[in-house]
Amino acid sequence: MPNSKSAYSFSNKKEKFDTHIIVVWVDNEAGVLARVVGLFSGRGYNIESLAVAQVDEKLKISRITIVTTGTPQVVNQIKLQLRKLVPVHKVADFKREDKAVIFKEMALFKIVGPNNKLESALKACKKYNPVLLDKTKKSNVIQITALRREIDKMSKDLKKFGLVSVSRTGAVAMTRGAEIFK
Amino acid sequence: MSKLYSGAEIVFKCMEDQNVDHIFGYPGGAVLPIYDELQNFKSIKHVLVRHEQGAGHAAEGYARSSGKPGVILVTSGPGATNVVTALTDAYMDSIPLVCISGQVPTHLIGTDAFQECDTTGITRPCTKHNWLVKDINDLASTIHKAFEVATTGRPGPVLVDIPKDIQFQKTKYSKPKKEKKLNGKSHNHFNQNSIDELIELMSKSSKPIFYTGGGVINSGPKASELLRELVYATGFPITSTLQGLGSFPGDDNQFLGMLGMHGTYEANNAMHDCDLMINIGARFDDRITGKIDEFSPKSKKVHIDIDPSSINKNVKVDLAIVGDVKTVLSSTLKSLKQKKSKFLKSNKQKTSKWWEKIQKWRSVRSLDYIGSEETIKPQYAIERLYELTKDKDSYITTEVGQHQMWAAQHYKFNKPNRWMTSGGLGTMGYGLPAAVGVQVAHPKKLVIDIAGEASVLMTIQEMSTAVQYNLPIKIFILNNQYMGMVRQWQELLHDKNYSESYTAALPDFVKLAEAYNCVGIRAKTPEELDDKIIEMLNTDRPVIFDCMVDKVENCFPMIPSGKPHNQMILGPKDQENKKITGKGKSLV
Repeated sequence: MPNSKSAYSFSNKKEKFDTHIIVVWVDNEAGVLARVVGLFSGRGYNIESLAVAQVDEKLKISRITIVTTGTPQVVNQIKLQLRKLVPVHKVADFKREDKAVIFKEMALFKIVGPNNKLESALKACKKYNPVLLDKTKKSNVIQITALRREIDKMSKDLKKFGLVSVSRTGAVAMTRGAEIFK
Repeated sequence: MSKLYSGAEIVFKCMEDQNVDHIFGYPGGAVLPIYDELQNFKSIKHVLVRHEQGAGHAAEGYARSSGKPGVILVTSGPGATNVVTALTDAYMDSIPLVCISGQVPTHLIGTDAFQECDTTGITRPCTKHNWLVKDINDLASTIHKAFEVATTGRPGPVLVDIPKDIQFQKTKYSKPKKEKKLNGKSHNHFNQNSIDELIELMSKSSKPIFYTGGGVINSGPKASELLRELVYATGFPITSTLQGLGSFPGDDNQFLGMLGMHGTYEANNAMHDCDLMINIGARFDDRITGKIDEFSPKSKKVHIDIDPSSINKNVKVDLAIVGDVKTVLSSTLKSLKQKKSKFLKSNKQKTSKWWEKIQKWRSVRSLDYIGSEETIKPQYAIERLYELTKDKDSYITTEVGQHQMWAAQHYKFNKPNRWMTSGGLGTMGYGLPAAVGVQVAHPKKLVIDIAGEASVLMTIQEMSTAVQYNLPIKIFILNNQYMGMVRQWQELLHDKNYSESYTAALPDFVKLAEAYNCVGIRAKTPEELDDKIIEMLNTDRPVIFDCMVDKVENCFPMIPSGKPHNQMILGPKDQENKKITGKGKSLV
């Protein structure tokens, strides 16, 4: 049976899912995040990660970055539905493969162990702009910024050096070059 | 210094400036300051309902029949939760509502106070937008904005939650600002190229069809006029969704009747076989499309809609025109007249075969039913009601179920805003309170709720409202003692296991009418039906009409779930040959 989109039809064919980074500029008002997140859950869309903070103090604009997966049609719906929300100003959509866009996530790793392991851990993070935020005789807190899958990998690799705690953000995105998204 | 007004006064000042003349509501602790002010604003009439859901549906009926937003006033907690069904209903059917709800005072929010609930949280997914007003200085601008959001673009419900302390606080009043655009969201996003492309498609097509919906009604009476002009100028056939009925005359020869699950044979087959489908203000709902993979496989599809998110949501289209129906139609007509002034003539030849085919489908007479001399067939009851009221410019509301579909099939509408029914959400209990709202908006007109006995019991308490305000609504109940549509599906899909779809212990509707101090009339035989209907029409009071109909009549024709347009079940005989099997059974 060919693919169908109706809620009441069946679909056997698996359509290709792409990963998209959706950036939403919203008025920073009460409940705005709930509106955006509620739209995703209510319509059955997926959120892989989420990052949100106010970016313009004067205009009170927040920037929400959502990593989501979906068929082209679903991603299109996500954008159109988001644009209908009253506090939403604009919506940008980038594919993860897009070379013109920088994606970054940040992670904090707490390593507990003997000195040689702490050093090995820091060394292992070398590629991902490590910052040593805290150091004691027995522990390190290392900050790295990297792509999602790189952080996934580090979270695994650092286990052998005494990784005891991971805290990470959702992805944030910005276009390369002088252009900004209008 | 300008005068200071309390929050409660500001609520009414805003309503005055928004030209509100009626509000539907129910008082309670958290809105008492607002109710206290009511008497000081003579231009605003309050209609006291018997349940907040009734207030919501009444406001919907008011809005659909008048084109103005419906306004609701309810208290916190249960007041707000009771109105949720109506808000969701309005959201699904794009009806402009402004709901003002009281809330516990700001310092008590979050303490699980008496009659506190997270109203904005609960109503977030069923409103276009909602606001909790925590600062008296935001109140006026918020309410004005609420009216703007409800009525612009694709209309819908909004809610403003006002804590009790804010209702007492005082501030200056600010009049509505004339905003040009809503957050940069203008509504017409099409250009002349799209219109040219549409005309090109129209002139090439030999099997065209217009498929129109509630968007035409929402765009205002002018849109319906333009639609008629366009349909006559092209000579194309036209079909309409449930919500679009009335935008084009139901008795016109170019009208193929309603389409969809219980639409006519000719409309559905024409949708399936057409080579050009022009969707005007409809949304490819699953009740319309049937099995979506086999939906109109050979056609170019054009979609005119004010809501960009409706485009390509269920069905991919070849040409999307995002804009207000009225604006798009007027551009189309203008271009058509300029470029193809003889369109009708040149097209007649081209579409003549198509019309022949349509006539063939028509000759099947899919709305026919097997008559009876002993029992009243529900279709017959609607037909008689139509014949006896068609000269009266009547307003029809319905509940949800078989009676609703029979009404849509057999009652012909010639004007927009005359037909109020719950389509998207399918809310049983919609019709009676909606009729209250319609009658409030049109005190001199004939307003009939075509009802089922099961649906009407869900909001029967609103008879009391009708009696209180002398609203002579007519509740025309097709009483078959079953939840008819449930029973029909059980017959078709669940081996006639009529699980819980029979209502034992129904009230005596005639006595019930008397208890409410209105008039009860019962018709039992086809013979007496006309006289009884005339008796109802001659009664200038609210009437409950108990029309005892065939208990096991099914609503046909029908596209069984999971089937495409060209595989309809036409009637009881056909039903045996086209059993619903396999996956179709699990669809709704």
